Amino acid sequence: MGVRTWIEGWPVYRQLTGTDPLGRGAAAQSDRSKSLTARTETADRVAKSVCPYCAVGCGQRIFVKDEKVVQIEGDPDSPISRGRLCPKGSASLSLVTSDRRRQHVLYRRPYGTEWERLDLETAMDMIADRVLEAREQTWEDADDEGRPLNRTLGISSLGGATLDNEENYLIKKLFTALGAIQIENQARI
Amino acid sequence: MAEAHPVGFQWVIEAKNRGATVIHVDPRFSRTSALAHTHVPVRAGADIAFLGGVVNYILSNEKDFREYVLAYTNASMIVSDDFLDTEDLDGLFSGFDPKTNTYDESSWMYAGHEEHGQAHEESHASRETASAQQHESHGPPLPGDVRRDPTLQHPRCVYQILKRHYGRYTPEVVEQLCGVPVDKFLAVCEAWTSNSGRERTTSLVYSVGWTQHSVGVQYIRTGAIIQLLLGNMGRPGGGVLALRGHASIQGSTDIPTLFNLLPGYLPMPHHAQHVDFQDWIDDIRHPGQKGFWANAEAYAVSLLKAYFGEAATEENQWGYGWLPRLTGDHGTYRQALDMIDGKIKGYFLLGQNPAVGSAHGRAQRLGMANLDWLVVRDLYMIESATFWKNGPEVETGEITPETCRTEVFFMPAASHAEKEGTFTQTQRLLQWREKAVEPPADARSELWFFYHLGKRIRARLASSTLPRDAGIKNLTWEYGEDEPSGEAVLQEINGFDLSTGKPLSTFNEMKPDGSTSGGCWIYTGVFADGVNQAARRKPGSEQSWVAPEWGWAWPANRRTLYNRASADPDGNPWSERKAYVWWDGSAGEWTGHDVPDFEKTKPPSYRPPEGASGVAAISGDDAFIMQGDGKGWLYVPSGLIDGPMPTHYEPAESMIRNPLYGQQANPTRKVYDRDDNPTNPSPPEPHTDVFPYVFGTSRLTEHHTAGGMSRQLAYLSELQPEMFVEVSPELATERGLEHLGWAHVITARAAIEAKVLVTDRMTPLRIEGRIIHQLWLPYHWGAEGLITGDSANDLIGITLDPNVLIQESKVGTCDIQPGRRPTGKALLAYVEEYRRRAGLIPGHHTPIVTTRAPEDADGQQ
Repeated sequence: MGVRTWIEGWPVYRQLTGTDPLGRGAAAQSDRSKSLTARTETADRVAKSVCPYCAVGCGQRIFVKDEKVVQIEGDPDSPISRGRLCPKGSASLSLVTSDRRRQHVLYRRPYGTEWERLDLETAMDMIADRVLEAREQTWEDADDEGRPLNRTLGISSLGGATLDNEENYLIKKLFTALGAIQIENQARI
Repeated sequence: MAEAHPVGFQWVIEAKNRGATVIHVDPRFSRTSALAHTHVPVRAGADIAFLGGVVNYILSNEKDFREYVLAYTNASMIVSDDFLDTEDLDGLFSGFDPKTNTYDESSWMYAGHEEHGQAHEESHASRETASAQQHESHGPPLPGDVRRDPTLQHPRCVYQILKRHYGRYTPEVVEQLCGVPVDKFLAVCEAWTSNSGRERTTSLVYSVGWTQHSVGVQYIRTGAIIQLLLGNMGRPGGGVLALRGHASIQGSTDIPTLFNLLPGYLPMPHHAQHVDFQDWIDDIRHPGQKGFWANAEAYAVSLLKAYFGEAATEENQWGYGWLPRLTGDHGTYRQALDMIDGKIKGYFLLGQNPAVGSAHGRAQRLGMANLDWLVVRDLYMIESATFWKNGPEVETGEITPETCRTEVFFMPAASHAEKEGTFTQTQRLLQWREKAVEPPADARSELWFFYHLGKRIRARLASSTLPRDAGIKNLTWEYGEDEPSGEAVLQEINGFDLSTGKPLSTFNEMKPDGSTSGGCWIYTGVFADGVNQAARRKPGSEQSWVAPEWGWAWPANRRTLYNRASADPDGNPWSERKAYVWWDGSAGEWTGHDVPDFEKTKPPSYRPPEGASGVAAISGDDAFIMQGDGKGWLYVPSGLIDGPMPTHYEPAESMIRNPLYGQQANPTRKVYDRDDNPTNPSPPEPHTDVFPYVFGTSRLTEHHTAGGMSRQLAYLSELQPEMFVEVSPELATERGLEHLGWAHVITARAAIEAKVLVTDRMTPLRIEGRIIHQLWLPYHWGAEGLITGDSANDLIGITLDPNVLIQESKVGTCDIQPGRRPTGKALLAYVEEYRRRAGLIPGHHTPIVTTRAPEDADGQQ
């Protein structure tokens, strides 16, 4: 290694003499970091998305490779966020990909002391049965004066503020048709 | 804002860099204060006194934007002779009934229209059903022809009534009540008023902790009064901006998963008020009234057509009879108490964690422990799914797994990256998300879950002939085989012309004859021209500063509501600097940077013919087109439970006797007077010294609500690893609290422990001649996740704002002591002893009406 190469290998020298006075780009690169490629460059595709935390609605770009989410970044096109994300939004890759995320249905039977695994289809059937049973047990046709009530007060639901409009629409539509009125979400809180 | 909405806060800094003054009013010095020009520490719970002081400053110095006020507000309207103010009645308005703690509102009405006011019974029903929420986009009933005095001199005109009402809210009173020195307060008034008018506008930004008070609606009303008086509504850079806390909490209000609403703020039918279809429609549109709600029948029929399809016919009142009816309060807190009482069988939790995130966590958990079954749908394990196993009541022995009967289903949910759909952010903007990948294993979207739950239920009821099953059987419920298409649902929401099958482009195309459908009329247009407008992503850098081609805002892609007010009555911009929309006389239409919030070709000079109603009755200068009189309301003659003007009441828990009125707290607040929901004593009750400090809660940047989406993540857990309580050095000295040591906070509901953070970000305030200490806690912690801790919401009881039934969780009283709290049964005994000392023994009832007897009030006070 000649002296010139040796000096140019020194990041402070490159920072002082090169095009990167802040030392956040080329000046700070090592041979190893030079050879790295960003996950965002090798992704198969990018989905345009929106941050799932607060209601500012920052634009996100979700990078996908081999059908896995590999990176989530702020969308610079968004006139709302201009590419920025806060600590929570920046952590949303973890939110989606963490191994702590629950992927299987769990069931706790009455008086049970532990969770058990349950098949998704079985769980769906059990829940449908329970909704109908609760509805049957608590159904009210009319009030004392004979005016229609057409409802159940035996079923409650809480949640929606973290969900999509389309989801809230189906939730309200289904519950209303079933006569379940105790449907609430974070907007009441 | 910098704490909880950091990326939105970049625009505040952008404005600051261009010369804007930033003032932060908050009990605690936060990241927002650090970047503001001024931080004004205030006492939590005294906001109406502070803002009322600003109103008084504006009116007594005639700083209002007079042309705007005359043209666009109800300042000149004459109120009934029968109206009496809180200033006359020691803190009550006229019409109060101490038996129901509600008002007969007829005396609040405009003169000559007293019969339109709400009577006690209606007022009671309105409180129970949070009906004020239906006015999010429309005014309550009101006649168009109201007597006015454009000179604003009539002693009973709104302007003069307002002036008298706030006359007592002097800078000295603000100092006495809020702890803000007179000079500092006057500097705020001066900055606000001098930055408003033709050439300038000021915006008022709040986060929704403001709603979490027993007078929450009236806080925001006070802000709205100021912004109307200063001409800051409907104009660029103005407004009252709510920063909401969840990705689609605006959407879940518009297309509500709320008990009292149907999509587009149509009311859920009430058993007595809306027996048949016509009662329901007339209650929404108020025949004879001005404004766009006159077309409510078209919106309602289109919704029923979307729900019930061809089964909805004129003969069966479009299926109205299949809708369930409200009888009163069915809100989330009523439900929690009903769970404790064994009235509710099953409970769905959809991305929400009430064991940590709702007030009175103990009541939430005891309620859930008394269900037949519970379905929890979430990404991660949350406290509301494991209360039977590791909740605080398991530690005290009140819940044991072996005796807890609740059957729990944990259903893993799809994340935002694993489903397509729209969120509506805090400015009413819908943004479409593309699906990036399939959800893992059993994880499913809510769209999938509810579609398939509905399919199963419908299959089981297919042969039923019971009338109760007609609605569910007739429901349109065909969304494919597996995952419903989000776009198909969004199209159903948008609505169709049923004769041509084409998507509607505006809600003006909706018809009351069953020829159109539409699941949420205010969202009609999101699929205009058959295109998903919410998916538009034209880069911000390639379009105007209004960015109309990014996403889609309801209604009609309008970014600023009531923007007709950005032009003067003649249709010209108030100033070149603040031009936004204006009347183009040569083209004969409204134009500008945004979609005009006015009929496009109605000229400013238009005056309605005699006897007009609905849209035709809106004058060319009625900027507030959804209001029954076309005006912005400084004074609310009808529709609010607790009064036509905001009045300072102390929080439900306070150690200060209300210095302004005998009436201590909001007399119409919604209370659940039960032994398991005690309220710390306030004057005039004794024992207020047992809970001598004020506490508040809020968020940290690094965490989200109840922690289900943040305490599970390594980075965020590392950034904010521990539950803490923030106190001033003075309070630390008074109670012997050690920085980074342990302390515990006690209320009548609970005692929780936290690490102590001693900072001068908390300021002791001098209130009524004594020092008041405030302490602050984040509310993100619970027993699940990478980092765990006690829940601040366990400290809070259930007392609600009467208009919207939201809990008072941003101010309360407490004690704080050094060291950790007791554990096990000793914890229960410890809290019980506090209750005993505070006089909160079984049979105790918190007094609601605390006015002095008339003879006392007349004499000396």
